[in-house]
Amino acid sequence: MGYVWAFLASGLVCVLAQLLYEYTKWTPAHVLVLLTVTGAILEGLGVYRLFQNWAGGGALVPVSGFGASIARGVVAEGQRMGWEGLFSGVFEYTGLGLAAAIIAGFFIALVAKPKE
Amino acid sequence: MDGKAIDAQQRYQKLVKDNAPKPKVGRNLWRAFLVGGALGVIGHFLYGLFEAIEPTKGESTATTLASLIFIGAVLTALGVYDSIAQWGGAGAAVPITGFANTIVSAAMEFRREGLILGLGSRMFVIAGPVLVYGTVAGFLTGLAKVAIMNLLH
Repeated sequence: MGYVWAFLASGLVCVLAQLLYEYTKWTPAHVLVLLTVTGAILEGLGVYRLFQNWAGGGALVPVSGFGASIARGVVAEGQRMGWEGLFSGVFEYTGLGLAAAIIAGFFIALVAKPKE
Repeated sequence: MDGKAIDAQQRYQKLVKDNAPKPKVGRNLWRAFLVGGALGVIGHFLYGLFEAIEPTKGESTATTLASLIFIGAVLTALGVYDSIAQWGGAGAAVPITGFANTIVSAAMEFRREGLILGLGSRMFVIAGPVLVYGTVAGFLTGLAKVAIMNLLH
C-alpha cells in the first residue's frame, strides 16, 4: 500500500505543477522555486513530516521534498550545535546529492555531447 | 461578393478552427501524474532500501535524494531524460531527478562555451534559483522553529 500512496503523493504534486504550467505564464523555474519554498515552509510548520509519514519516499521525490530536507537539516543541526548548525544544516541532508550532481554534471559534460 | 465565395470563406474558417492545435490540458495532466507517480514509486523503493540498510536518523533522506539525483544525471547523459521530459511535462521536471537533469543538461549544453564560463558558470542556470530560494526559505523557517523551540524550553 505504501507504493500506492507514494505514487499518488508524487503524482499529485506534479499535477499541481502541470496546472500552473497550463493556466499561468510562469516558467518551469518559477514553478520549481515555488514548490521548493513551499516544501521548506511546510516542513517548518510540521506539515511536511505528516505528508511524508503518509507518502514515505514519495514525499522526497518532488522538489518540495528538497526544500523540506533543507529546513529539516537546519532545525536538526541548529538544535544540535547552535547557530553554526543553522547554516551548515542547509546541506546536512542535501549536500550529498548536490555534490553528486555537480561532480556527475562535470564529468558527463566532458564526455557526452547534447543531442541536437 | 456572391454566395459561393462567402460559403467558401466560411468553410475555410471552419477548417482553420478545426485544425488549430487544441490545448491538451487533460492529457498533459495525466502524463504529469503518471511520470511523477512512477518516479515517486522509485523514490519510495530507494527510501525503504536505505532505511533497511542504515536506519540512522536522516541518513536515508540524504542517500535517497542523492540516488535520485544520480539516476537523473545518468538518464540525462544517455539522452533518455529529455524524452521523458517531453512526454511527461511537469511530471519529469518537478521530481528531484528533473533538478539533476537541469544541472547536467546545462553543463552539457554550455560545455562548448568553455570549461570555466560555459560549463562552470552555466551549470546552475535553472537549478540556481531553486538552490538560492530553497536555502533562504529553509534557513528562515529553520531559524524560526529553533528559536520558538528554545523559547518554550
